[in-house]
Amino acid sequence: MSAFFALVVRDLRLAFRRKAEVLSGLFFFVVVAALFPLAIGPEPATLRHIGPGVLWIGALLASMLTLPRLFENDWRDGSLEHMVLSPHPLGLLVLGKITAHWLVAGLPLVALAPVLGLQFDLPPDALSMLALSLLLGTPVLSCIGAIGAALTLGVRGGGVLIALLVLPLCVPVLVFGAGAVEALGSGLGAQAHVSLLLAMLLPAVFFSPWACSAALRIALE
Amino acid sequence: MSQLQAIALSCERGGRPLFAPQSFTLGAGQAMQIEGDNGAGKTSLLRMVCGLAPTASGEVRWGGQAIAEVRTAFLRDLLYLGHHLGLKDDLSALENLQAASVLAGHAVDRESALQALHAQGLATRAHLPLRVLSQGQKRRVALARLLLSKACLWVLDEPFVALDPAAVHALQQVLHNHLEQGGLLLFTSHQSVNLGSAVVPWRLNA
Amino acid sequence: MTMRWFYYAAPQTFYGLAGRLWPWLAAVALALTVAGLWVGFAMAPTDAQQGEGYRIIFVHVPASWMSMVIYLAMAFWSVLGLTFNTRLSGMMTRALAPTGALFAFLSLWTGALWGKPMWGAWWVWDARLTSELILFFLYLGYMALTSAIDDVRRADRAGALIAIVGAINVPIIYFSVKWWNTLHQGASVSLTRSPSMAQLMLWGMLLMALAMWAYTLAIVCYRVRTLIIERECHTDWVQALPEVAGAKA
Repeated sequence: MSAFFALVVRDLRLAFRRKAEVLSGLFFFVVVAALFPLAIGPEPATLRHIGPGVLWIGALLASMLTLPRLFENDWRDGSLEHMVLSPHPLGLLVLGKITAHWLVAGLPLVALAPVLGLQFDLPPDALSMLALSLLLGTPVLSCIGAIGAALTLGVRGGGVLIALLVLPLCVPVLVFGAGAVEALGSGLGAQAHVSLLLAMLLPAVFFSPWACSAALRIALE
Repeated sequence: MSQLQAIALSCERGGRPLFAPQSFTLGAGQAMQIEGDNGAGKTSLLRMVCGLAPTASGEVRWGGQAIAEVRTAFLRDLLYLGHHLGLKDDLSALENLQAASVLAGHAVDRESALQALHAQGLATRAHLPLRVLSQGQKRRVALARLLLSKACLWVLDEPFVALDPAAVHALQQVLHNHLEQGGLLLFTSHQSVNLGSAVVPWRLNA
Repeated sequence: MTMRWFYYAAPQTFYGLAGRLWPWLAAVALALTVAGLWVGFAMAPTDAQQGEGYRIIFVHVPASWMSMVIYLAMAFWSVLGLTFNTRLSGMMTRALAPTGALFAFLSLWTGALWGKPMWGAWWVWDARLTSELILFFLYLGYMALTSAIDDVRRADRAGALIAIVGAINVPIIYFSVKWWNTLHQGASVSLTRSPSMAQLMLWGMLLMALAMWAYTLAIVCYRVRTLIIERECHTDWVQALPEVAGAKA
């Protein structure tokens, strides 16, 4: 367990010393969210309708952008080999890295989304449901995305290739995440959506480190 | 009883075997230096011994058992330093050593880490980000891990590269002490080294 | 029994086996296709509600089935490959992928052709078509990954992993798409509301499905033979093959 925390702390430290990289992901989210009204038109009714979906897609794409960084640096400077050669279970160490990645790249999106939601004229209860759905969904995105990042270590076309591999697998999260906000808006209640998001979160957290470990070992061979 | 056995190890690159199957045994207090031309497969052999690279044939045994079966115990006893140092440029030497030791399974406190850096002549640079150190200084930070390590099997790939004569001498001393305490050493180097005890040379032919 | 399987798992023996099999499989595929199309387009009766246009299901439905079956086959070979580390498993998976993608694409395209005369739109976001689309993306992802990695062995193993992860996710994806579809009732003109199946129609679809299966087996045998030659080109037995020796002469 101490190895898990040590790795999280190490990665957080590294992220804070490279703030520009971290912030660029967030700015991308802001920019993408602003592009949709520009392309579709600023009628409040339309924006309210598409808002949750747009913000969810923005969060999804912003997560994709930051994924290549997850293992790439460690792979380049040899730290990844040390992780694989550590007596601690590789899955635990990978979970540490994914956790740190989510804290740095996912959690800020959760905080930022309601603010951007104001641009789409979403009511307060929609904003809080948006934040909740993203809070449950972004870890799943990090977990699934990590598998893609591990498989494509050092491969050309990195970021786009990860997106191609991972986006289809993220469809369920997108459907239930954005659907939760919409269900709330149409009065159906988002209980089911939230439970399903939770139901996806737990297996993702358990199985993704295991799949990532296998992928990392394949990449290091 | 710590003993490393390589039994008919071979690996492939581009579909062709890199070298003939290699078998050797390394016991406590023994050192083996792998020699060979560039591209002969020295690094591949070391990586196979560590379990990083798959073997095309053969197996590696630690203490009489296949490393796949005693993985955790083997990894706890293993220290590997490859071409890449495994150090983070944005962290200080001290932070790097502390993180590396936790990963290796033996956490060290601040004092011991600082002492190890002092022994490598880097006391004044312990808190600077690694980015500002020279290549040789970074190597010495990596080698400071040796001082802190409790592993008994050291597998080092070209440990003497980029070191000035004083540092080479210091490293030889460290390796000698390790062997005296019953440790095992497997390393590659293009230069001849004086480790006090007899070093078994092992030629890898391409 | 296991020894026999492992015997055929060696590329050299499989090469011979596949070489003997594929012409027969191709012939069977051709025969079944003709039979199936005959039943579908000439013999099956006109549907009361949908007229003649419904006949596209004789291609659409078997193609959907095959795209899913092939993905499962890919996952199966991937599990085998990662467990037993056989070279042939990776080749089988790679050989299956383009055909699976083809059937997925065919299913989507024929779905669109069916949709246009029936519902007036080239594409409808119904649950099955949308799931098929995502399955198509999964195929594309596999092919992109395996072609992006230079080292053949690593590419095979990485592809195997993504195929397995994808296969595990397919039920989840299908469930979520069905959910999404039932919520958005307005858009759901369901293509799954197929015409009441006369016996003959079922026969037609079955024949076409078997035809596609035979075609898949034939083309996979052929493709794996090509992959074997490519990958084992440095071995003596490949150099001694008449097709290789003849090409060099």
